[in-house]
Amino acid sequence: MLATRAIQDQGIHVEGINFYTGFCVEGHTHAIRRKDTDKEKRNNALWVAEQLGIKLHIIDVIEEYKEVLINPKHGYGQHLNPCLDCKIFMVNKAQAWAWMEENQFDFIITGEVIGQRPKSQRKATMPIIARESGADDRLLRPLCAKNLPPTLPEREGWVDREKLFKFGGRSRKPQMELAAKFGFTEYSQPAGGCCFLTDQSYSDKLGDLWRTRGSKNYDLDDIMLLKVGRHLRPKPHFKIIVSREEGENNYLSGYKNEYTTVSILSHKGPIALLDGDFSRESSEEDMNLAASIVARFSQGRDEKEVKVLIRQKDGVERELMVTPLPQSSVDPDWYV
Amino acid sequence: MTEQKPTVHELNARRMLCPLPVIRTQDKIKTLSSGEILRVICTDPGVKADIPTWCRINGHLVLEIEEKHQEIYVTIEVGNQ
Repeated sequence: MLATRAIQDQGIHVEGINFYTGFCVEGHTHAIRRKDTDKEKRNNALWVAEQLGIKLHIIDVIEEYKEVLINPKHGYGQHLNPCLDCKIFMVNKAQAWAWMEENQFDFIITGEVIGQRPKSQRKATMPIIARESGADDRLLRPLCAKNLPPTLPEREGWVDREKLFKFGGRSRKPQMELAAKFGFTEYSQPAGGCCFLTDQSYSDKLGDLWRTRGSKNYDLDDIMLLKVGRHLRPKPHFKIIVSREEGENNYLSGYKNEYTTVSILSHKGPIALLDGDFSRESSEEDMNLAASIVARFSQGRDEKEVKVLIRQKDGVERELMVTPLPQSSVDPDWYV
Repeated sequence: MTEQKPTVHELNARRMLCPLPVIRTQDKIKTLSSGEILRVICTDPGVKADIPTWCRINGHLVLEIEEKHQEIYVTIEVGNQ
């Protein structure tokens, strides 16, 4: 937002590009969870574009992003966040779009600040992003430009380097002062994560998915479901995703043709998806265990028995009476 | 002489969560001409804010947002592009 305004103030036409990887923390969880219905559901990139008066192009990179996440050349950050590879990928995609004949932009700007992020925004990584993305010296970081060698737009005089900034380090104070100067009173939370891959709990679930599948592959439904419900793996060969409230009930119900579902008939309770192998000899025992775990999260948790409905993805249904698993029998290690 | 009615297109964005309905709308509108109508059918309530915002910044007009049976119908008139 600040970088864009700084360049707009020099009379330069700017348009925004926003990449959707599937891991973006946007309206998803708000849209799913009922408890968040009071929160305004807005896409921050769109909101910012409107505040700045620029066009925004949102690009679906879900498929292409898999290679970045699965095989990051520069490795992962603290969790499964491939921040440096992600930056390189996005700048590369941005320049491919920007140099297209119908777009014909001259250079790319980002809001990066040296030292602001431990993995991707260091003095040593800035040239790597420029070089490996292919944008080279057509990549300008207006907020820390004076800490870096002049880029082509500065050398050619398209941009006045003197009007750019010299921000550095983790403090957001200079940015907040600049925001106040620009008259921005509302903006995204400084240092707030915008990617689920920087979240430990989410990364743990993704790691579990990859380990149990024996492959790092995924599809969009896989990664969306990791954002929803409690995930318990009572046995290595199956996992249960249990909804936590009505909004998640509705969301998980949408997967009834892709997964076996467990729901509670005799009491108010969650809906759960069963993900795994139920073709083994132990499948009846596994199904009973899964049903008793789901019953544990229903209002019948203290009853001797509750009635559950098991619906296979082909639509075949059957009812079961199960004893809800006592809290003491729920192994904490089952939580993914 | 009767005025020619604009072509009405339909886009199914059910079960998609934002920003996917916006991306699909954006990509569909790229293939349409000014004055044509696009009706997007969604289930994510986030579209009530996001599609109108996207339309405002890209010069398209939201004619109507209607909700029925837990579905949201957003009707858009394509602007100049």
